[in-house]
Amino acid sequence: MISINNVHKSYVTGHNSLHVLKGIDLDIEQGEFVSIMGSSGSGKSTLLNILGILDNYDEGSYYLNGSLVKDMSEKKAAQLRNELVGFVFQSFNLISFKNAMENVALPLYYQGVPRKKRNKIAMEYLEKVGLLEWATHLPSEMSGGQKQRVAIARSLISQPKIILADEPTGALDTSTSYEVMEILKEINKDGITIILVTHEHDIAAMTQKIVHLKDGGIDQIIMNGDLKQFKSQYAKQLETA
Amino acid sequence: MFDLDLWKEILSALKKNRMRSFMTAFGVFWGIFMLIIMSGAGKALENGVMDGIRAFASNSAFFWTERTSVPYKGFQRGRRWIYSNTDIEYIKANVSDIEYLSPRLFGPNANSGDNTIRGKKTGSFNIYGDYPEFFKIDPWTPLQGRLINEIDIMHSRKVVNIGERVVEVMFDEGEDPIGQYLKINGVYFQVVGVIKGETRVNIGGGRKPETIIMPFTTMQKTYNFGDDVHFFSVTSKPGVPVSSLETRLKELLKKRHNIAPDDLQAVGSFNIEVEWKKYMGLFNGIQILTWIVGIGTLMAGVIGVSNIMLVIIKERTQEIGIQRAIGATPGKVILHIVAESVFLTVIAGYIGLALGVGILELLNMALEANAGNADDIFFRQPEVSFQMAVGALSVLVISGIFAGLIPARRAVSIKPIDALRDE
Repeated sequence: MISINNVHKSYVTGHNSLHVLKGIDLDIEQGEFVSIMGSSGSGKSTLLNILGILDNYDEGSYYLNGSLVKDMSEKKAAQLRNELVGFVFQSFNLISFKNAMENVALPLYYQGVPRKKRNKIAMEYLEKVGLLEWATHLPSEMSGGQKQRVAIARSLISQPKIILADEPTGALDTSTSYEVMEILKEINKDGITIILVTHEHDIAAMTQKIVHLKDGGIDQIIMNGDLKQFKSQYAKQLETA
Repeated sequence: MFDLDLWKEILSALKKNRMRSFMTAFGVFWGIFMLIIMSGAGKALENGVMDGIRAFASNSAFFWTERTSVPYKGFQRGRRWIYSNTDIEYIKANVSDIEYLSPRLFGPNANSGDNTIRGKKTGSFNIYGDYPEFFKIDPWTPLQGRLINEIDIMHSRKVVNIGERVVEVMFDEGEDPIGQYLKINGVYFQVVGVIKGETRVNIGGGRKPETIIMPFTTMQKTYNFGDDVHFFSVTSKPGVPVSSLETRLKELLKKRHNIAPDDLQAVGSFNIEVEWKKYMGLFNGIQILTWIVGIGTLMAGVIGVSNIMLVIIKERTQEIGIQRAIGATPGKVILHIVAESVFLTVIAGYIGLALGVGILELLNMALEANAGNADDIFFRQPEVSFQMAVGALSVLVISGIFAGLIPARRAVSIKPIDALRDE
């Protein structure tokens, strides 16, 4: 599904060049539920943006669903995003002047689906995340958890193969975080690959595979079974930090 | 390319941001509104002035005499001289490019005290002796009766045409002036016509409704003018510029009256063609100025739109980022912003256009209501042409596209990821 080989990425600001990703190799199969962890500045968000074709990379190769993603035109990238990838962001990124239903329906608008049809589909997805009666509310009238559920519904409506979530629970309290994670697990059960970036290890613990980044490289990949060991190691790291 | 969904998107985006949309639209509205008002006012001024002279023969020239300013052939400077009947006959016989020639005598004028009596009524009017040709140069229409004709001239009949004001002063209300007699400077004349000038040009001074016109020959004989001619009007034949005719006639008259060829003052003359061109130039100038100022104002409005759109883009960077993250292509984003800008400019422009035209229409109604038959109105029928309106609207559409294009390109040049981070 996703295959990344020796990907490098640096940000150039003025005369300074910041080498963020220093050769990442990663394979993710269809239907996996993966979390990316790491301290801030370790490159986890950059990696996610490259995975979502929101950002370019400098070296290496990235195969998404079998096709090479490199130096793509904006138009092509937009189409691929629309077809294959759904995004969930920490700050929800809903459009403030559209109600829940319209927000959910937006990706279908860009696919050219007629209004009535896409609104009907949007209602189905809102029902899936348990927000049917909130369909006509604006984002400003909803709680953080509800907003994130709307964002998840929006990411699902184009029936993507992958959901990319950038700290989806970062702005939520623990119980709402767990609710959101439950929804993500449900989605994963339907066979959709989910990759999320988080720095909360209890959130990461709910995934099948944890990719731990450190200084722009992959420090270790922990499978679900080894989690206990990881947890203690992670705690130790936090202590020393 | 009509896409109902696109328009619904645009409308909802505009509706949800009322204040912003209104401010954007206002600049354009004001620009087009000012353009229409100024152009209409310019046109009204033109109409007002041109209405007054339109019927006037534009190929006419007028001649009178002044004291000489150069000594010549033993004559001192400052000599007084006057045209005579023989001049007129000579010109008629020898200058072929003349269409109409009409000599005139100035009788008593309105400023020299009461000169007209009828029973107990008295009045002071401008009294002229004219040939019927005069009515072809500066047209008059008979409201009642007839104009002075060739037979009146031939028989030196004691008949007069009188203006409307003369009727008001000299006759009771409802009285028929035709066939009645007026005593003018001691001599009785029969009224054969009440006449009204079609133009507001006054040749020889005085207001037109206060005019009394009698046959030239009658005046010459009755008031002992001998064979004097005070003034004459000519029109050139079609295709002959009246300016050249004017020059030739002046040379000829100088020769006949022993006036130095370089005397610029002695033969007084006036040429409508030149004045006409001056007017035309003036009004073209006004129209051009209107367009320059109007387009300038419009440009300011458009730059305002572009500016506000840029601010909006900045404000909406995140929104655009989200749209692109969930699959909007750059083309779609550009189309969206440009369409929004064009929609705003056109709607605002159309309202400005409609309101401008409406105000001109109201102004016109007010002017018409107040005008009555007053001759002194120099501001009539403010209007804008259809071409002008269409032109203004197409300028709006084009400028709307440009106003949207610059911010749209900028919006697309921001990477989706940067747009999303922008908070």
